[in-house]
Amino acid sequence: MAVNKRASGGAKQSRVTVNNAWQAYLHHHKSSARDSLQRMLANPVASAMTWLVLAIALALPMTLYVAMANVKQLSQRWDQTSQISVYLHKTVSAEEAQALADKIRTWPGIKAVNYIGADTALAEFSEQTGLGDVLTRLDDNPLPSVLSVVPDLHDNSSEELAALQMRLQQETGVEQAQLDMQWVKRLYEFMSFGERLVWALALLLGLAVLLIIGNTIRLAIESRRDEIQVIKLIGGTDAFVRRPFLYTGIWFGLGGGLLAWLVLSIGLWWLAGPVERLVALYGSDFQLHTLGLGDSLLLIGDGIMLGWLGAWLAVNQHISRIEP
Amino acid sequence: MTAIKFDRVSKRYTGSQEALRNISLEIDSGEMLFLTGHSGAGKSTLLKLLMAMQRPSGGQLLMDGINIGKLPNSQIPYHRRRIGVVFQNHQLLFDRSVFENVALPLRIEGYEQAELARRVRASLDKVGLLGKEKLNPIELSGGEQQRVGIARAVVNKPQLILADEPTGNLDPALSAEIMHLFEDFNRLGTTVMIASHDLELIARMGHRVVTLDHGTLVGT
Ligand SMILES: Nc1ncnc2c1ncn2[C@@H]1O[C@H](COP(=O)(O)OP(=O)(O)OP(=O)(O)O)[C@@H](O)[C@H]1O
Ligand SMILES: [Mg+2]
Repeated sequence: MAVNKRASGGAKQSRVTVNNAWQAYLHHHKSSARDSLQRMLANPVASAMTWLVLAIALALPMTLYVAMANVKQLSQRWDQTSQISVYLHKTVSAEEAQALADKIRTWPGIKAVNYIGADTALAEFSEQTGLGDVLTRLDDNPLPSVLSVVPDLHDNSSEELAALQMRLQQETGVEQAQLDMQWVKRLYEFMSFGERLVWALALLLGLAVLLIIGNTIRLAIESRRDEIQVIKLIGGTDAFVRRPFLYTGIWFGLGGGLLAWLVLSIGLWWLAGPVERLVALYGSDFQLHTLGLGDSLLLIGDGIMLGWLGAWLAVNQHISRIEP
Repeated sequence: MTAIKFDRVSKRYTGSQEALRNISLEIDSGEMLFLTGHSGAGKSTLLKLLMAMQRPSGGQLLMDGINIGKLPNSQIPYHRRRIGVVFQNHQLLFDRSVFENVALPLRIEGYEQAELARRVRASLDKVGLLGKEKLNPIELSGGEQQRVGIARAVVNKPQLILADEPTGNLDPALSAEIMHLFEDFNRLGTTVMIASHDLELIARMGHRVVTLDHGTLVGT
């Protein structure tokens, strides 16, 4: 057998210089990343299934989040139609009522004050109810004059609105100030519930993503058991063994995140047409909240982070058990 | 100069008899040594202690003055890099070429590509497989596969080579060839330790022979 003695003289040759060590480290990162991606693409159906499952788990909470953002936007618009009805004593004259309206207009946080005299109110009422005949037979107008106060809800909390109501109540000549806000309050409560729901769902599905990736990585580790044993036997560190699996997790997370983003974007694009027509119908300036850059990065970044974490957990649990 | 020193080393696997009993043995740097004994005598166990794949349950095992039995886990990979192993059941990876199999120890140590390729070829040249670097090991004969394993073991110029029955399934001629290959590396200064059943071949080669019997050293 040919034995080449010429090439084997340097047993004491230096191994790796510091400068090269850093390069080698980067090189192994690069080759691990490339290698795990290639492995994934070599198995397209199985990989695509995993990506899809991850995409669903990532997209669900994001869908709810976007839906919430849209409802919030709508509710802010509805806020502007809420008002405080200030019923005046019968003894208050039209002039006094106008003076009070002018005074209230100077307060902060007030958008508009409209005076509706008792006669106007009665006329409106009979028109709306069709009870004109009955009402004209009454000696006395039973309806009070009303100041309809429209607060600027944009920067008023519900406590501030309640305070405003109290303040109106205490004005002389005011019989009762009534806040027509019950439904807005309910909406707010519903939304804070919805926000919590989004968080709980995100947490649960995040956990599901971890489990899915962890399980996938566990199988990958199992299928490369021989390789891990050999690498450990010839002096590979745990970090070296771990690296390709961590990249596998990252690729799964990235793929799932991108797919989730794609699905959501397509869904929103599909909704945008009907929403636009609906909005035009109501003459509203509502704008469909779509995935912004921040939301997109959050979605994809979450995918990557969960992928890495799931892989890390799985690798740490299983690799130490594989010894040569 | 003593490279390896077993000082009253014993090894008991959990739930079984002592696989090694009170072994005291010194191996000089640059020595070539055969380890023999019946099946179950403890040959593989002794090699595994040197690789830190198992830890002694008693006594001290020193390599270059370092207590291998007490090596912290984080140091074990670096210890193993100083040893080239040819173990029967941890052989080649069939999902990559001969070249990549041999390159693995260098990849672990982080050699840059040009130097890595140079060393892999030099190593394959030494075992006479230079022309087969692109093949998958599965396309090679048993003897060739064994030689790829040896190329991988020596590619990072280890100071110690350990081989566990490296000629296990080979015919007599191939076995002798493999053994002579180890002799070549030994001649270049590497300490070599081979566990083998092949008493006839061992006798012919005329190196030191250590015999184990039921975990005890019976002849050195
Ligand atoms: N992982 C293990 N767990 C428990 N007992 C073990 C283990 N490995 C080996 N043994 C026991 O230790 C003893 C020595 O085994 P060892 O593998 O060292 O023998 P050997 O000399 O290499 O034998 P062979 O020639 O058959 O390879 C045997 O009795 C074996 O059953
Ligand atoms: Mg054995």
